[in-house]
Amino acid sequence: MLLCWSWTLGLLLLPLVIVLRISLAEPRLAQPPYSPLWRTDVEGAASLDLRWDSYRLLLEDPVYAQAWWDSLGLAGGTALLCLLLAYPMAWAIAASSPGRRRTLLLLVMLPFWTSLLLRIYAWMGLLAPQGMLSQALIWSGLRDLPLTLLHSPPAVFIGMVYAYLPFMLLPIHASLEKLDAQLLEAAADLGCPPWLAFLRVALPLSLPGVMAGTVLVFVPALGEFVIPDLLGGPGTLLLGQVLWNEFFVNRAWPIAAALALTLLGSMGLVLASHQILQRRLGQHT
Amino acid sequence: MSDPLLELRGISKHFAGHMAVAPLDLGIARGELFCLLGASGCGKSTLLRVLAGFEAPDTGRILFEGRDITEDPPHLRPLNMMFQSYALFPHLRVRDNIAFGLKQARLAREEINRQVAGMLSLLQLEDCADRYPRQISGGQRQRVALARALARRPPLLLLDEPLGALDRKLRENTREELRRLQAELGTTFILVTHDQEEALSLATRMAVMSQGRLLQVGSPHEIYARPIRREVAEFLGRVNLIDTVVDRCDQRHVHCSTADTLTLFACSSKLHARGAALCLALRPEQIRLGPPGTPDDARNHAPNHDSGTVTGVSYLGHLSVLEVRTGSGRVWRVQVSDSATAGGMPAAGDRVGLSWDAEALVVLDA
Repeated sequence: MLLCWSWTLGLLLLPLVIVLRISLAEPRLAQPPYSPLWRTDVEGAASLDLRWDSYRLLLEDPVYAQAWWDSLGLAGGTALLCLLLAYPMAWAIAASSPGRRRTLLLLVMLPFWTSLLLRIYAWMGLLAPQGMLSQALIWSGLRDLPLTLLHSPPAVFIGMVYAYLPFMLLPIHASLEKLDAQLLEAAADLGCPPWLAFLRVALPLSLPGVMAGTVLVFVPALGEFVIPDLLGGPGTLLLGQVLWNEFFVNRAWPIAAALALTLLGSMGLVLASHQILQRRLGQHT
Repeated sequence: MSDPLLELRGISKHFAGHMAVAPLDLGIARGELFCLLGASGCGKSTLLRVLAGFEAPDTGRILFEGRDITEDPPHLRPLNMMFQSYALFPHLRVRDNIAFGLKQARLAREEINRQVAGMLSLLQLEDCADRYPRQISGGQRQRVALARALARRPPLLLLDEPLGALDRKLRENTREELRRLQAELGTTFILVTHDQEEALSLATRMAVMSQGRLLQVGSPHEIYARPIRREVAEFLGRVNLIDTVVDRCDQRHVHCSTADTLTLFACSSKLHARGAALCLALRPEQIRLGPPGTPDDARNHAPNHDSGTVTGVSYLGHLSVLEVRTGSGRVWRVQVSDSATAGGMPAAGDRVGLSWDAEALVVLDA
């Protein structure tokens, strides 16, 4: 028990405390590039030197607000697109025979066996103006000019949906698999045509899976860096990219730390509200 | 049947080479409590699912009040079903489970509330109206399932092993309740069960089903007392089956003998050829127990008699079942009530005489 707690504290909290401490400092052109925690005055007495300038800057500079909006839009859009794609897929998988179901689930998880970075590079190859997709469209006569998809918002969405689809699909499948087919028969028997039986019985019962999937996609998508950086255009700066820039390019560690903490805090809020909702839904099951 | 509520004409269904329901015809009259009795896997549940519309029959038509509903999807059929697993919606409170079908019928909110309240009180569910299905007991769940299926006041209710998941005591109470509800609402019930006691005690008419076929259709008394087939006689209660050969036969009686030279005298309205094989059924409670007399003695009292040694007694409370082995090795099963043996129950090893009336012997078709 004690060991368990000390591991948790050490591994999870300690880095957080360090980030928090950096966020409350001031950038310096030094090594490390931020002001020390303690300030000694002329008499030699030490006092804590906490500065909230980074947080103030986050609120005041429109660059950060813009990054927030763009990131929320991307994460929300990705979650929505994943939901619309994953639900029918999960339904079809849950409805198939056990043997076939195993194969299909394996296919869903297969991409995890390769690094995400490699797979995104593969997408760059696919979406590039001289890429396979573009070539195929021109060759088949559907298009005259090469595709200009790469480094545009649609390319980012394609990559995001591709990467996050399994995280939406698996929880939905788990809740649909538990759904008793007889409940749908009971709904039909009580006068529901199939689509209403779905809306009144299957959908509410799979809601926990939908919510879990949405959180699993939305939270990491909010801070996603690799996919928008590789597939997106130079125009938009998302939270992940802003963070990267502040840290590595501008060497403004305190503001990067403050941004990371607010991002983490908002993710925590999403998770907490999910827990509360889940508990309320879970009342009956 | 002059005006059947439901009529099945040549309905059959098979799954992957296995005949679940062989082509059968059946008519159900308005207001009946019809029981389909059969062992598990005999096709009775499949037949019910065909009626509800969850399975399409391979052949045949289903007529409801003369209208062909064979092609109607489940949600348009004028009947409701109570599922064996109850299939209550876990995300809805008891109240909303019962209201589910009423909401679908687009009734006004007050009307729905009124009908739900009526159902809750009819099935004594007021106390758990606002609970979720997993928060109530098995008996309550069963009543919620019944209330939900009855809420739309269907003219026909299908019940798939409605009492299967309940314990014995609750089952007996619920049987009473089913009968009361059926009489009160005037709904026609078709009930599927594997429990012969349930079928006999509930049904106004019943059918015994085996391997997808209806072996016999009739009142519980007809089926119990006058089974026409060996399987029916064996399926319902205990029975002594006697394979005989016809010696003599007239318009009303048949004389037969068995391989172990027992002669039997039975009533039969049919003529049987001399030398034909005939199977007779004799219910254990029709056999009278007496002192082991000489055959001459017994002949004065009853046309049929035998004697043997008691080899086993199983005490069932209100009655006992004896096994009596004769000299030739035949084993009779005899049922005696406690009151009939006030002088003392025979014990294993006692010699006893057996006798029974000609009317007690049932001539089976096969």
